[in-house]
Amino acid sequence: MDFRKKKETQMKTKEPHKNTSTRRSFLKGLSIAAAAGSAGLVTGGCVPLEKTEEMGLKWEEYFKKNYRLMTQEEKDETVARLERLAKLKDDADIQMSNQEPLDQVLYGYAFNISRCKGYMDCVEACVQENNLDRKSKTQYIRLFEMDPGQLDPTSGEGKYHHEVPVDHKFYMGVQCYHCENAPCIKACPTKATWREPDGIVVVDYDWCIGCRYCLAACPYWGRRFNWGDPEVPKEEMNRKQHYLGNRMRMKGVMEKCTFCVQRTRQGKLPACADACPTGSRVFGNLLDPDSEIRFVLKHKKVFRFKEELGTDPKFWYFID
Amino acid sequence: MTTNPQNGSVAFISDCMRWSLTGGRGFKLYLISLLVVMAAGLFSYATQFSEGLITTGMSDIVSWGLYISNFTFFVGVAAAAVMLILPAYILKDKDLHEVVIIGECVAVGALVMCLMFITVDMGAPHKVWHMIPGIGLFNWPSSILTWDVLVLNGYLALNSLVPLYILYCNYHNRKPVGWKYKPFVFLSIFWAVSIHMTTAFLYEGLPARPFWNNPLLGPRFLASAFAAGPAVIMMVLIAIKQKTKYPVDTKIFFKLKRIIVVSAVINLLMLFSEVFKEFYNFTHHSLSAQYLFFGLDGHNSLVPWIWTAITLNILGTLLFAFDPTKCNPRYLMVAAISLFTGIWIEKGFGLIIPGFVPSPMGEVVDYTPTLNEILITTGVLATGVLVVTLLIRPALAILLKFKEANA
Repeated sequence: MDFRKKKETQMKTKEPHKNTSTRRSFLKGLSIAAAAGSAGLVTGGCVPLEKTEEMGLKWEEYFKKNYRLMTQEEKDETVARLERLAKLKDDADIQMSNQEPLDQVLYGYAFNISRCKGYMDCVEACVQENNLDRKSKTQYIRLFEMDPGQLDPTSGEGKYHHEVPVDHKFYMGVQCYHCENAPCIKACPTKATWREPDGIVVVDYDWCIGCRYCLAACPYWGRRFNWGDPEVPKEEMNRKQHYLGNRMRMKGVMEKCTFCVQRTRQGKLPACADACPTGSRVFGNLLDPDSEIRFVLKHKKVFRFKEELGTDPKFWYFID
Repeated sequence: MTTNPQNGSVAFISDCMRWSLTGGRGFKLYLISLLVVMAAGLFSYATQFSEGLITTGMSDIVSWGLYISNFTFFVGVAAAAVMLILPAYILKDKDLHEVVIIGECVAVGALVMCLMFITVDMGAPHKVWHMIPGIGLFNWPSSILTWDVLVLNGYLALNSLVPLYILYCNYHNRKPVGWKYKPFVFLSIFWAVSIHMTTAFLYEGLPARPFWNNPLLGPRFLASAFAAGPAVIMMVLIAIKQKTKYPVDTKIFFKLKRIIVVSAVINLLMLFSEVFKEFYNFTHHSLSAQYLFFGLDGHNSLVPWIWTAITLNILGTLLFAFDPTKCNPRYLMVAAISLFTGIWIEKGFGLIIPGFVPSPMGEVVDYTPTLNEILITTGVLATGVLVVTLLIRPALAILLKFKEANA
């Protein structure tokens, strides 16, 4: 563990400015040449300027680095490019953030199984907030309807279609647990997924090669793959996006719950916790002794799912 | 034979290409049919590339399918070349030394298939440079997948370069110099074990999947590989014996048979041990095994497959163990096909699919590959067969000439 961290910091310092700037200017030169060349080839210079610009931007995007190795300047540049590309391709005005983690923050989540009535408002809010693919009906959150006498969501019913609440049933929500010792991160061959300092496990969608080893490694089924091109109707798209969060994904890459990084780093609740009508979802800063999540952990009986695997999730269940 | 050192390599390459591609009508027909299957695969892959993996039968629950199943199996076939290399080079077995080159060609073909299966399984193959150390980010040593990339490519290099050197020397009517290639032969023996153990560790190291999280997986991979791999090599040898002038001694079949029987029996023993563990005291972690062998919640798409596989496995083992014909090629062909098919099913999707079912959330779904997926798979298989064919023909031509020249 230590060794890995050391290696990463080494890598960060090893990329000197002059190296990157030469590569960058080289790529820029290439992109202009390629764009100009293709423009000339196709219609003898009559291609709309936007097409040329789009190709140039895509070219630069293709050769960019892993997000964690980018300087702040490079992060700003890629965000600007992605905003411009969204405008050119889909005529969408998005605002993309690359906000860093807040200081002295470690996010934690607690789920009250005695309160949840299975209304699924959290699922709906998550789909809207995170621009989840409507075609394949991707959902980060699943609610399992449970019979008394069980505490293991795998024994519950994950596909109930009837009016709730139901007598003698209770509900357990599952999603990515943002494990401290996450098997998915270990599995990734390209370091396209990692745990941010505030505890959020994120994916660099542009760096993921789509091998799906992380999905196989996750004991909680917390990851979703884009088997086809994700689709969100333009009028429903959430335009407030984060590079590591709800920006539009592409086919062939992995995605997952990010505790709504685009909201939580601005001090808001994740969409699921915000939408919950019963107050079953508690989210907050584990490092703040006065936070609600700390109150729950201190005063309630809590437990975690598959504790025996040693993944150390930042997601607890509790009973009133 | 050309011996002009200046044109040495040019003549070598042009002669090899000539030997690869010239042949009778039957051979041309065979090549064309392989190319047709490959073209169908390529066409299907173009569809998959533009539309995404949605064209396959995989889902978020069964997220690896036919491609990774075949990948796993053919890593074993590649590793099995060691069962010829070890006796031929180290134990100085003269008979097996005659055919060791065939084992190496089969290994190269199998590795080409493995790398292709991995590539077609990728969601974003155009970003594969992200994994190249130096320009990308290689998550080594943490990710077992990076280990697998290293060992597979290393093994491919070893198994191409050593025979290439030997053949190149023989082509120029020279004996290969021992110290120039023997160290690599030694290395390739350890490497062969490592490719299959590493591939097993891919699965074995995942506590999320109890069906795979089993320390017997690696050793069992080796045992089944050392049965199925030599069975493939035997099939190739029988074809060579019947279609070419290259002499294949019956003693070779006898020795191969012995290797296969020992490995197949060990494999069956380990299979029995696994089945015992799953079913003597049934736990939550045995659900995948129940899904595989008997079906779960009304889903039983794998049940006929696994029982066919086990039947073929046992049948093949028995046929090899009690051979009344004393190595009749036709008899051996039946035995080899039976054992090979049995292990292919069992270690292919019989191993990969149940690892995903039930999902970590307890959900049971069936996986059925789509036509597009099957065509891509057969395309990759045809490519492997083509590679093996095109490598073996010049290799045998060179060896035959060298033998005649030194007779």
